[in-house]
Amino acid sequence: MNLTLRIWRQSGPQDKGRMVTYQVDDVSPDMSFLEMLDVLNERLILDGEEPVAFDHDCREGICGMCGLMINGNAHGPQRGTTACQLHMRQFKDGDTIDIEPWRARPFPVIKDLVVDRSAFDQIIAAGGYITAPTGSAPEAHSVPVAKANADAAFESAACIGCGACVAACPNGSGLLFTAAKVTQLSLMPQGQPERYTRVIGMVDAHDEAGFGGCTNAGECTVVCPKGIPLSTIGRLNRDYLAATTKRGDTPGT
Amino acid sequence: MDLFIEGDPIADTRAPDGPIETRWERRRFEAKLVNPANRRKMTVIVVGTGLAGGSAAATLAEQGYRVKSYCYQDSPRRAHSIAAQGGINAAKNYRNDGDSVHRLFYDTVKGGDFRSRESNVHRLAEVSVNIIDQCVAQGVPFAREYGGLLDTRSFGGAQVQRTFYARGQTGQQLLLGAYQALERQIGLGNVEMNARHEMLELIVVDGKARGIVVRDMVTGEITCEFADAVVLASGGYGNVFYLSTNAKGCNVTATWRAHRKGAYFANPCYTQIHPTCIPVSGDHQSKLTLMSESLRNDGRVWVPKVKGDDRSPRDIPEDERDYYLERIYPSFGNLVPRDIASRAAKNVCDEGRGVGPTKLGVYLDFADAIDRLGRKAIEAKYGNLFEMYERITGEDPYEVPMRIYPAVHYTMGGLWVDYDLQSTIPGLFVIGEANFSDHGANRLGASALMQGLADGYFVLPNTIANYLAAGPFEKVDASHPAAVEARRDVEDRIQRLLAINGDRTVDSFHRELGQIMWEHCGMERSEAGLRKAIDEIRALRDQFWQRVRVPGDGEGLNQSLEKAGRVADFFELAELMCIDALHREESCGGHFRAEHQTADGEAERDDDNFAYVAAWEFTATGQPSVLHKEDLNFEYVHPTQRSYK
Repeated sequence: MNLTLRIWRQSGPQDKGRMVTYQVDDVSPDMSFLEMLDVLNERLILDGEEPVAFDHDCREGICGMCGLMINGNAHGPQRGTTACQLHMRQFKDGDTIDIEPWRARPFPVIKDLVVDRSAFDQIIAAGGYITAPTGSAPEAHSVPVAKANADAAFESAACIGCGACVAACPNGSGLLFTAAKVTQLSLMPQGQPERYTRVIGMVDAHDEAGFGGCTNAGECTVVCPKGIPLSTIGRLNRDYLAATTKRGDTPGT
Repeated sequence: MDLFIEGDPIADTRAPDGPIETRWERRRFEAKLVNPANRRKMTVIVVGTGLAGGSAAATLAEQGYRVKSYCYQDSPRRAHSIAAQGGINAAKNYRNDGDSVHRLFYDTVKGGDFRSRESNVHRLAEVSVNIIDQCVAQGVPFAREYGGLLDTRSFGGAQVQRTFYARGQTGQQLLLGAYQALERQIGLGNVEMNARHEMLELIVVDGKARGIVVRDMVTGEITCEFADAVVLASGGYGNVFYLSTNAKGCNVTATWRAHRKGAYFANPCYTQIHPTCIPVSGDHQSKLTLMSESLRNDGRVWVPKVKGDDRSPRDIPEDERDYYLERIYPSFGNLVPRDIASRAAKNVCDEGRGVGPTKLGVYLDFADAIDRLGRKAIEAKYGNLFEMYERITGEDPYEVPMRIYPAVHYTMGGLWVDYDLQSTIPGLFVIGEANFSDHGANRLGASALMQGLADGYFVLPNTIANYLAAGPFEKVDASHPAAVEARRDVEDRIQRLLAINGDRTVDSFHRELGQIMWEHCGMERSEAGLRKAIDEIRALRDQFWQRVRVPGDGEGLNQSLEKAGRVADFFELAELMCIDALHREESCGGHFRAEHQTADGEAERDDDNFAYVAAWEFTATGQPSVLHKEDLNFEYVHPTQRSYK
């Protein structure tokens, strides 16, 4: 099939950026979306142009490095699918496809479709862990974990940190990402001792990084390639409320 | 000119002797320690943030060292360990099915086709139990039974259920555990994290590894970074084949640059071809996707009995199907080790019985399991894998059997290390897939995660102290001649790549190199093929340096430039892999030489002549490498012909 691509080109953080139109022909429906961009880039290089920069690594939907706005949808039209696993059979001959980077204040564009998501790492560093220095762990079976809790924790732990939730949110909120980790760890008995300091630390880091607040728009969960549910944010809010009450603070400040 | 020169033998002088189950304990006791006050004065560079590098960086920082960590991805959480699906082995014997440290040790030595070190493998089996404890304490959501205890399953090459798992995303969950421990240390200011940085050279001062040259992939800035010791945890080199299950960015540059500076490269030809990957669909293919080995617990592998049978698989009656693994290997059936399953798939396809549009595929069929356990149970176990398969192929594996074919997955070879995981360059330690140490000629499923975390959490943090006890070493800065030279080499190379401005892209060269390697240094190798490959690689490498086109400049994000540097190193590695494969006149594990097989087509080892590690020393570009042999001695597991029948 033959496609028209309109791609965001931006040479660097200082450049204003613009949409540029390209034609790509003979696209096979068995190609992945990124393989289709590979084809374009190979041609651009031979034509003496700069190839389109985009982030990607595992190309099997798990590393979370790829992230493209495709026709205004984070990761494109197929639910539960990262851009790297999206295949061209989801499109048809003659389609025009807009491809843009994630757009959010805490995710500045580095070049073309590549953005800086290090704010996510800062949120984890502020409490998204269980303190368990190597060597200090008790025997694994000393603490049973109810299967339902372990399974629910896994559902949240499946987050790949791609940032689609932020890109889709009208407020640029990173709360689905934050809540996924809070939920995972607060469901595990091992996570209880730091449960309330964790949620405060992570939410504070989230706010400091410039992410917006959650207004339950729910766009995040729709685009999440791993299906992290909106209810995790409810759980985060409950823990946050409890934590701030314990701390004697006013919630929401 | 000879392809190589034989040099002096090499030996692992760090492994204690005595009863094998006491060796690790003794080494830990005899190794020197560094007192906590002195740890703060020392810096360790860790390159790579996968299971090995992430866990090592976190643990060293917990111990009080200052750590500088580097990864090429935009976050340490994205290292390719994240893609490991099936599980992690540990000798917990929670199933009461006869498992033990000794059995895991035995299975791993045997699974590696008797080409690994007994001492190393025993240590790995010993610490395997601590890894599970550690990960559970971190909150890793392993699969559990209804009673709240950990669930396990079977993997290839074992008759016990010792594989712990988190659905089909075990690597992700273990990596996130290590990543979170690392982020905690970053938050505490104990680790300086440098994402989107690529190591391009090793700095060796007075014979010791003292630093690295890195390129900031965003700004293009090249800097020299220094430390008291350098740890490489940069993963494997499967991408030399272009198509593999590795992430696109996985590369050999860190280890290859160290090799050129004096670190021996061991057993480069030992490559693992994974039997269950989604087949190639066309020329545009950029990578291959693994379908977890765990699927072989419930899926049955088959092809039609007669060649050219083009019927839909559901129309082929039971008695016209050949469940060839169950037929040839009745005691292990579909759970034979990877090398054996891969070669069997190749054989049936070579006979013309392959399936799918390219005829390079076999069926992995879940119909029986769905009948037996119900669709819901299969969904719970493998749901995410089935979805992934459907997204990629457009076919529903609940309805039609999956089509699978072998693909390059893991490299057992890597930089040579002693029992302390130290390379032949003092102060340069190598952990995880980047070293060669524990898997011999074939790695068992669910053992890569085990080794990465064993090295990073438990082995290196103990052994590196023995080296650092002599530190802190004399301060070095960027004005040191060794640093100036290393930096200039990096800059010259970048300028050279940018200046060629030829008429072919980096990817076109990489693809062609990959085809040569897959054809001649893949699942089956022969003398004639390997010699041909060496000639072709050299010719293509010359073409690369004359005709490659790298657009843009070195002053910012330039993904073509990054790829060009990596492919240039793959060219050099590819040649050494072929030479290693050519010199090893036997078949063992993932290394199958057509000339060396038994009457029924199984690998034929030659223990009299080849029971050694081949450690290669770099001499100079274009000059033959020097082969150093490390004899392997087997005191506990007597080498036999591996039988899974």
